[in-house]
Amino acid sequence: MQRIPGEAFTPAAGEAAADGAPLVGVLALQGDVLEHVSMLRKAGAEAVVVKRPEDLDAVDGLVIPGGESTTIGKLAEMYGLLDPLRKSIDEGLPVLGTCAGAILLSRKTLFADGTPADQPLVAVLDAVTRRNAFGRQVASFEHDLEVAGIDGGPVHAVFIRAPWFEEVGSAVTVLAAVGTPDGKRTVVVRQGAVMAAAFHPELSGDARLHAAFVKMVNEVRGGQ
Amino acid sequence: MTESKPTVTGTARVKRGLADMLKGGVIMDVVTAEQAKIAEEAGAVAVMALERVPADIRRDGGVARMSDPDMIESIMAAVSIPVMAKARIGHFVEAQVLQAIGVDYVDESEVLTPADEAHHVDKHAFTVPFVCGATNLGEALRRIGEGAAMIRSKGEAGTGNVVEATRHMRAIVGGIRRLTRLSDEEVYAEAKELQAPLDLVLEVASAGRLPVVLFTAGGIATPADAALMMQLGADGVFVGSGIFKSGDPARRARAIVEATTYFNDPDVIAKVSRNLGEAMTGINLEDLPAAQHYAQRGW
Repeated sequence: MQRIPGEAFTPAAGEAAADGAPLVGVLALQGDVLEHVSMLRKAGAEAVVVKRPEDLDAVDGLVIPGGESTTIGKLAEMYGLLDPLRKSIDEGLPVLGTCAGAILLSRKTLFADGTPADQPLVAVLDAVTRRNAFGRQVASFEHDLEVAGIDGGPVHAVFIRAPWFEEVGSAVTVLAAVGTPDGKRTVVVRQGAVMAAAFHPELSGDARLHAAFVKMVNEVRGGQ
Repeated sequence: MTESKPTVTGTARVKRGLADMLKGGVIMDVVTAEQAKIAEEAGAVAVMALERVPADIRRDGGVARMSDPDMIESIMAAVSIPVMAKARIGHFVEAQVLQAIGVDYVDESEVLTPADEAHHVDKHAFTVPFVCGATNLGEALRRIGEGAAMIRSKGEAGTGNVVEATRHMRAIVGGIRRLTRLSDEEVYAEAKELQAPLDLVLEVASAGRLPVVLFTAGGIATPADAALMMQLGADGVFVGSGIFKSGDPARRARAIVEATTYFNDPDVIAKVSRNLGEAMTGINLEDLPAAQHYAQRGW
């Protein structure tokens, strides 16, 4: 397999996933693909990169990583991935989006100032995201966050030029929110088999959110 | 469902984390808001806002300094992707100014005229993250020791000639590979040779990679150049003069973005390399006076 940006130049002998482990794809057009691959493996899944529509055929679940949502969206559009992604997710493929990934899943996104942003989206999550809502990089922060359904204490959440969920539809469950001077802002949501987080669970070393996602992938797989 | 603990900003994790988000992407030099929009539309992951691209700095000569904050802010207002800006090596006040106006990354850059011939900026003291250039592993680790959250191989900016970028990427990646093969005693001795902090040398020897993201820069002018750097081990690419000094910047910018994502797919690189118009002319390194070898700036 080709090197994933950031990977060691002397690949360690990786532990093979257990028999029957689900195969989860990570959309690898741009962004922190490697971190998701290693967290998925930590959470008991086998992970592969997805760069082409046909790469979607084999996977039981998909992660859309952090990165630049405009870059990932444009490349997904150019390389014919947007429609297959939408179709697979509509047909029940479980998906986790973090930061840029959450933006790409949302049906609509706004610039930081609240004006609508016109950019390619997968648009499978009934939510409106606001990009860079917490501010520019100097405002990026770490924060201990209670996430509904994640046991064992707060999740250490890393927010980098992060968005928040400005509005969510009635089918969407809010799993976590962050307090700001202007009130609470939604940062983790779930709608069926679609999970989205405004922060980067892949950066903190804590694999519980990925484990919850892998559990969902297994449930969907078992139900088929 | 809510929280109570305080939040923290400016940690190594959020500084290095933004660079992680840029991986697999292209960062483009822009001198106007219009160019910044072209770069964003082409799929750039960030732009470097500056008054003159390196090719023009070479042409004009004289002292090159931080850009006008007004000009940088006009670019910040024009695009939604991260905006980087350059400070002179060792010029911590230029860096303070860039942090104050809210740029997303400071490039402590050899392309500008150095302000200090012995010291680099203490980058730990800042909330804004820094990217620094390096020509070899020791230089990269010295910068990381000073707090750099991202490294770019230097190459030779503004030449449109990829040979120095290749040399520096090979030196850094080769240095990393070499470290992983050494015994502990040899690693201690190697740290002395590298003139780099021992803890970082040990970390690289064990991890087989830098503790921060490694981009490449300096002379990348074509999609094939970008893919070459990615195959040599870069995590992403800076393109300076190569885009807006070419015949069809929008098209070339997009082609370099595609080649960076599909860097291992010669069919894609062949497709995007067609009909790009004229590349920047380029300079052979032997035609460059010694004083104009920017890669030698930095210590």
